[in-house]
Amino acid sequence: MAEPKPQNAVSKLLNAAWVRPFLFLVFIVVAWDLAIRIFKIPAYQIPSPLDVVAVLRTEWPELLRQSWPTTYATVCGFLLSALFGIPVAMLIAGSKTVESYVYPLLVFSQSVPKIAIAPLFVVWFGFGIIPKVISAFLLGFFPVVVSAVQGFKSVDPDMVDLARAMQGSRLQVFRAVNLPHALPAIFSGLKVSVTLAVVGAVVGEFVGSNSGIGYVMQRSIGTFDLPTMFAALVILALLGVILFWIVDRIEKLVIPWHVSQREDVIFAS
Amino acid sequence: MTNPATKPVDINQPAAHLRLVSDRAGDASGIKLLGVSKTYRTRDGDVPSLRPLDFHINDGEFFVVVGPSGCGKSTLLKLISGLLPPTTGEILVEGEKVTTPHGNVGIVFQNALLLPWRNILSNVMLPIDMKRLPRDKYLPRAKELLKLVGLEGFEKKLPWQLSGGMQQRASICRALVHDPRIMLMDEPFGALDALTRERMNVELMRIQRETRKTVLLITHSIPEAVFLADRVLVMTERPGAIAAIYDVPLPRPRSLDVMADPAFTELVQRIRKHFFSQGALD
Repeated sequence: MAEPKPQNAVSKLLNAAWVRPFLFLVFIVVAWDLAIRIFKIPAYQIPSPLDVVAVLRTEWPELLRQSWPTTYATVCGFLLSALFGIPVAMLIAGSKTVESYVYPLLVFSQSVPKIAIAPLFVVWFGFGIIPKVISAFLLGFFPVVVSAVQGFKSVDPDMVDLARAMQGSRLQVFRAVNLPHALPAIFSGLKVSVTLAVVGAVVGEFVGSNSGIGYVMQRSIGTFDLPTMFAALVILALLGVILFWIVDRIEKLVIPWHVSQREDVIFAS
Repeated sequence: MTNPATKPVDINQPAAHLRLVSDRAGDASGIKLLGVSKTYRTRDGDVPSLRPLDFHINDGEFFVVVGPSGCGKSTLLKLISGLLPPTTGEILVEGEKVTTPHGNVGIVFQNALLLPWRNILSNVMLPIDMKRLPRDKYLPRAKELLKLVGLEGFEKKLPWQLSGGMQQRASICRALVHDPRIMLMDEPFGALDALTRERMNVELMRIQRETRKTVLLITHSIPEAVFLADRVLVMTERPGAIAAIYDVPLPRPRSLDVMADPAFTELVQRIRKHFFSQGALD
C-alpha cells in the first residue's frame, strides 16, 4: 500500500487546473526574454515581452475597442457554422444519397484555400462586417460537419431498432437516441470550429477592413510597430481561449453524463 | 405441455413437414409464422437469410432458439417485432398480421443498450416515451419492475455506475414496462460472465413465471436453452431453417440442480449432435 501523499498548500495549488498552463506560459515568456538577450535579437525583428506588455497597457482602450468587431464577426461566423453544419451533418448521416452527392464536394471545397478567396467577399459585400463573418463561417463550418457526421453515424443500430420497435416516430427516435448520442462529437467539432472562426475573422480583416484586431495587425506590420503587432496577437490568443472556454462550459452543462465529464458527476453525487 | 412422445427429428427433414403435438397451431394467441422467409437484397445480389419457416409459439410459452452464428436468428427477431418485412409469408402476433412495428414486444439485446444520458429509471421508461403513454401512470410500474429485479435504490444512478449484470436487469425492466405480451431476447446474457449468467437465467425464469409473458429467447448455449425452455427450436446454418423442435420434459419450477438430471443431459447431448453433424457451433 502506498502512503497517502501529504496534501500541503503548495501541492494543492499545483494541482489546480488553471495553474499548470499558467506556469508553462510564464516559462515561455521567460525563455522568450532570455532568447532575445542571449542571441541579441533586434527589437524590429522580435520585441521583448516587456515592450509588448507596455503597449498592452498604454494601448489597452484602443485594443479593446478594436477587439469588439473581431469578436462579433467570430461569434456570428461560429454560430452560423453550427446552425448550418449540424443540419447538413444530419442530412449526410441520414441519407446515403445526400452523402454521395454532397460529402465529396464538401471535402473538395476544403482544399480551396479560403484565404485566397477572401478578397472575393470584399468585392461582393464591401468593407463591412459581412465578409469577415463569411470568412469565419467558412473556416468554422467544416470541422462541425465532419465531427457531427461521425457522431450521428456512430449510433448503435440496435439502439435505434429498439426505440423504433416501441413505435417511436422518426423524430422521437432522433430526439431520444440519435441527437444526444451525437452531442459529444458535435461539441468536439464546435471547439475546433470556434478557434478556427477567430482565424477566419482575422483573415477577413486582413483583406479588407478598417476595424478589428486583424486591421490593427495589418497596420502595425506596415509601420514595423512590432510591439503593437505582438500585443494584437496576445489579444487574439485571449479571444480564442475565452471563446473555447465558453464552448467547453456549455458542453459540461449539456452533456454532464459523458465519459469526458464524469469526474464532475462523481463529485456531484 | 411436456410431450415425451417427441422423437428426435431427422435434421434433413424440410421445416414445413414438422408438426408437433404440443404445437397448438389452431390457437390465435401467441406468435405464428406461416412460410416466413427473408432474403436481403444487396449490391452483390440476393442473400438468403431465412428459408421458409412455419412454427407457432404458444401464449405464455418460453421458446428458445439455438443455432450457429449467422443463421438468421437476429433476423427472426426483427421480423417478429415488425422492424423488417418478411420476403414471403406472414407473421401473426396475437392473431394480428405484422407489417410495421406493433409495440407489443419488449426487446433485450446482448448489450444492455441503456442510454448513458438517462438514469436507470428514465431508461426503463423509454418505451413509455416512445409510445406516448401517460408517464405518471407507468412510473409506479417501472419502480415495481426495478424492485422485482433487485434494483431498488438504483433508480437515479446512471448506467455506467452499474455492473454489467445490473445493466442487463434494467434492460429487462425496460422490455417489460409497457406490459407487452411478448419478450424477444437476443442472446441477452452473452456478454456476462458465467456465474452472473447462471444467476440471471434463474432470475429470468422467475420473472417469466411471475409475469406470464411469451418469451422468445435466442442463444448460443445449448444448456442454457434446455434449462430455460418449454420448447427448443434448433436452426440450421445460413440460410436458416428449422432443424428440429424439442419439448423439454423437465418440471417447473426448475433450479440449477436440474442440470444434473439425466433427462437434461440427454437432451443437451441430442441437440448438440445437430451441430456436430453440420459442423462446429461457433
